[in-house]
Amino acid sequence: MTDRDLIAALPTPAPATLARLRDGLAERAAAEGLLDVAYRTVDSPVGTLLLAATPLGLTRVAYEREGHDAVLSRLAEQVSPRVLHAPARLDGAARELDEYFAGRRRVFDLPLDMRLAHGFRRTVLTHLRDIAYGSTESYAVVAAAAGSPAAVRAVGTACANNPLPVVVPCHRVVRSDGSSGQYLGGPEVKRQLLSLERAGILA
Amino acid sequence: MHRVCAAIVGADDADDAWSETFLAALKAYPTIRPDSDVRAWLVTIAHRKAIDIYRARKRAPVPTESVPDRVAAEDVVPQRDDTLAAALRALPDKQRVAVACRYLADMAYRDIAELLGSNEAAARRSAADAIAALRRVYLTDSIEETS
Repeated sequence: MTDRDLIAALPTPAPATLARLRDGLAERAAAEGLLDVAYRTVDSPVGTLLLAATPLGLTRVAYEREGHDAVLSRLAEQVSPRVLHAPARLDGAARELDEYFAGRRRVFDLPLDMRLAHGFRRTVLTHLRDIAYGSTESYAVVAAAAGSPAAVRAVGTACANNPLPVVVPCHRVVRSDGSSGQYLGGPEVKRQLLSLERAGILA
Repeated sequence: MHRVCAAIVGADDADDAWSETFLAALKAYPTIRPDSDVRAWLVTIAHRKAIDIYRARKRAPVPTESVPDRVAAEDVVPQRDDTLAAALRALPDKQRVAVACRYLADMAYRDIAELLGSNEAAARRSAADAIAALRRVYLTDSIEETS
């Protein structure tokens, strides 16, 4: 038996104990203003979504294919290293997303913290929130609405880097020929969301 | 990290030490140098918290009526290695901290020495003495079990 094996034989804490301690820590951190980024995951028909919020509002929604660990690392770099699993702050967002995927919600009524989008990208995303549930706009129309008719490609980039997919509906921006085009959650998910909004069915 | 806390302050205070350590770490986070060893830094905080807990114990002995009379069900996990944990508890402070830092937190002896306020050779010796003591207890215990 190596020295390391000997020490490895020491009792380990029960997973439930650690979970309880983490929850307690998140609560105390929030009470002391130390919880800069709270996160949780939610199950959805388009896979597990990661949600993250600052005290100002929802700041990130991420699909699995974006890599949830990578997204959390970037939040730690870009917002604050005080990132904790703290579901309570995201209860409202989780509920509204549930309702959306069940076809019972058309508009998200949540405080958003758009700090991860800057400049023209932020202008584009702000406009996207005006595209109504069930309707679509082409990249060219969005470019014009954002004040730069020639910036069609930049609109594509803004959508591809949308920090708040689903809630800020970049899936409603489609190609001029009517095909749905690329999507950060994958083209199939974009088709599903559009189908949900048009027909009330998540096909 | 919880095991490091348990090794330093004992199982009863490990939860408190863990919570205090991470809360203190959250408060201090912006001041940590980007190139520093985060684990060693956490252990240093845990060690400081452990000393606080000891001092608080000495100042205010816990009255018997406030001793928790129930243990959360989740914590009642039968541990075959309670003997080992007890042996660890019985070690002198320096040995206990040295062995926890070295084998649970993978710290360098240089950092352990700094934490203990001694030198590298002494830290190395404390950890080795601790291992020798634990090995004696553990092996004796196993032999008794099998016989």
